[in-house]
Formats: sequence, C-alpha cells, structure tokens
Amino acid sequence: MFAIVDYDTGNTRNLQQAFKALQVSTELTADPKKLRAADAIILPGVGAFAAAMQALTQRQLVPLLQQLGRQGKPILGICLGMQLLFESSTEYGKHAGLGLLHGQVIEIPADLGVKVPQMGWNENDLQQSSPFASIDHEYTYFVHSYYAMSPASQVVATVQHGVQVPSLVQRQNVIGMQFHPEKSGRVGLAQLATFKEMVSANDFSSN
Amino acid sequence: MLAKRLIPCLDVADGRVKKGVNFVHLTDVGDPVAIAAAYQAQGADELVFLDISATNEHRRTMADLVEKVSAQVFMPLTIGGGISSIDDMQRLLKAGADKVAINSAAVATPSLIQAGAEKFGNQCMVVAIDTAWDEQAGRYRVYTHGGQQPTDLDAIDWAKQVVRLGAGELLVTSMDRDGTKAGFDLQLYQQLGQAVTVPIIASGGAGRLKDFVDVFKQSPVDGALAASVFHYGELTIGQVKQALKAEAVVVR
Repeated sequence: MFAIVDYDTGNTRNLQQAFKALQVSTELTADPKKLRAADAIILPGVGAFAAAMQALTQRQLVPLLQQLGRQGKPILGICLGMQLLFESSTEYGKHAGLGLLHGQVIEIPADLGVKVPQMGWNENDLQQSSPFASIDHEYTYFVHSYYAMSPASQVVATVQHGVQVPSLVQRQNVIGMQFHPEKSGRVGLAQLATFKEMVSANDFSSN
Repeated sequence: MLAKRLIPCLDVADGRVKKGVNFVHLTDVGDPVAIAAAYQAQGADELVFLDISATNEHRRTMADLVEKVSAQVFMPLTIGGGISSIDDMQRLLKAGADKVAINSAAVATPSLIQAGAEKFGNQCMVVAIDTAWDEQAGRYRVYTHGGQQPTDLDAIDWAKQVVRLGAGELLVTSMDRDGTKAGFDLQLYQQLGQAVTVPIIASGGAGRLKDFVDVFKQSPVDGALAASVFHYGELTIGQVKQALKAEAVVVR
C-alpha cells in the first residue's frame, strides 16, 4: 500500500486514480502507524508552501516524514509536495521545508519573457542516467510559479521555462516530480510505474 | 519551452456529450469517457467540458461525469457552463476537474473571481469571455448567457479587470467567427495579448489547418479550442500538430 499524506491539500483524487490505473492500492491518511507501515509515501500538494508546511506541522507530520525519509522509506513528492522536500522556500517569506533534498525553492523570474505560473506541457531533458530515463524528450504537464534550485547531483530531468527548471529530482529514496504525473497522460503514468518498480525492487541505488 | 495547446471542447447535458462525436471506432458517440479517451489517444493537450444543462438539478450530474472521466483519462480537464458559486467550483474541483471556467457569473458578480482564486488558486480560475466586434462603437463588446445578452463591457478592459481579480487564464470566444470556419479573429487575440500576461485560449472560427497556424504564428495565444472540426473528424489533433510543427510552432 502507498500512503498518500492527508493534510488537507485539496484534490488527491486524480492521483489516487492514476495509481489505481497502475494497480497500486493507495490510502489517503495522516495516521503515523499507517505511514510507517506503507510501502511508500506520496506527498501531494497544491497551494502555497508556508500553508502546506503549517498543515503538516499541525498534524505533527514534519518530524515523522523527516525520520522516515532518512530511514530509507521511499517518498515521492509531487508538485508542491516535491518543493516541500527541499530545505526552504522563499514563497511569501523564507520558510523551512522538510530538508530531505538539498536546495532552496525560489520564484521563477518573471522578467525572462515567460509566463508565470508555468502552466502547460513542457519537454523534459534527461540530465543523468536514471531509472526515469524514459522521460527524456517527453512532455509532462506543469502548474507552478516556484522552482527548486537544486544541486546537479539530485537533478534527473529539467525543462526550460526562462530558467532551467528541475522537473524530476532524486536523492536515494527521496524523489520529487515538479510536474503532475497524474495529468501527463501515458508519460506521467510511466513515471509513476517506474517509481512503483523501484519500490518493489527496493532499488534506489542509482542516485 | 511550453507547448502550444490544442483543446477540443465538448458540450454536455445530463452527463452525456451532446451533438455527438463522429470518430471511427467510437460506438457510443455520447459517452464522455470514451470520447475523452479517444481525444487523449489523438494527442489532445486538454479537454473542456461545457455544461449546457438547462437546470441546476441536471447540473449536479456534471461532477459525476468529471469523476468518471478522470478515472480513465489523465489530462487536464476544464469545466464550464452554469458555474455560479464557490460551492459549484469546489464540487467540480473535488471531483477531479483541474480548472473551472466562469462566464456570466463573473460579469454578474466579479468578486466571485477573486473568491475562487483565493480559495483554489489563480491556476484554477478560467474566465470565459464571449465577444463580438461592435462596428459602431469600434470595440469588442462582451456578451453573456451564451451570447444572448449584450453588456456594456469592453472585452479588452474586461480581460484586464478579471486578471486583476485573479483569473489565471482567459478563454475568449469570437462570436463573429464561431461556427463560421473562417479562421480565428487574429485582431482580437493580438489586442488581448497586449493587455494581459495570463495564458489566452482562442476559440471560434477554426476550420482549416492554416487557421491554427495563423492564430499561433500571428497572435500570442497559448492554446486553441475547437469543437466541430475535431468532433466530425474533419481534422485530427495529429494533423493539426503536424502542420504546426512544420511551421516551427512548438507542440507536444
């Protein structure tokens, strides 16, 4: 069972539907016991960074997620959920994140001739060899205004939107997708399927 | 670089697609799930479902439709038609919609845009604008209620206002071109592109491959919406994308 962290982040139904299509059972939960027992933890997220961290804090999930992440539990953050895995964000003031990935989340500069938020389909460029290599040159669906400034070692793939935006990041068992795999058609499902395979093989060694 | 989007638009009443969709291999021409899946396979970038149910009672079935479609089709879904409250928006977004489009209700109650943007985020809030060129006044006039009621609003000014209120995207239909297959109203989208920075979806007038090339080459729109040319198989999404690629327009 994959646990989808329930912290009032809005719509998680599409994510559940996507996993269902891959025959992965999911449960929306904030119960520490269930999160500990899950094969993997999915951290969704829509909205603002600070509000999301506050919602996690209120449910006393911050230390638990940090502990599980450091113990090697597979964690997949999606969109804002990926950003929460980083050390901090500058969205509406500086706020600490979970710190499971190195780097800071900052706003996409609006003066580079691109529209902010980035909303739509963008083409991924693979940056290193990875189980997620099938994403190279494929389009995925994005909706976000902030992006992760990440050390290159963590960056699996990027898209170009004024700046080079990390679209898929990994540090061992901690993985983040800036795009919405549940809205990215067969390409998105393929990335979730890769994650599923990594979890069942317990193989996060490539990065 | 972001790809330009091609967006089929489907009219829905009582949970069924109306006017039918004539695809090869589609046995049930009114089934929203089958149609959405067929468009996904063709390479559509997004789908718009427009609720044309006459009563609120019938509208309640729209959330069920969204649920069914999003269980099998993994692409962005926008729902419009008859949305007039935060509750309406919440119901549809919870059911799996990514964006909601408001039109008449935005004109009647502009604060609804702001309330929706604050609660769900700008990226969820699409304002649909129906407009026609007013020769006498020398401007684009906004209409509501499916193009039936003229307002005093100037479309360009209205676009600026709704963006200030929090609209994250504009879906702008040229009533002059709608159904004519005479091409998109390039002047309208050029003017809008100068006025606002949010994504603009062009609607009304698509007939030939060249119309799609022209609207993306000659105006700053982010997407093009069409109904009948896609529904009746006159053009496939793939054909349009090929034509766009040949003209160096970035598509998925």
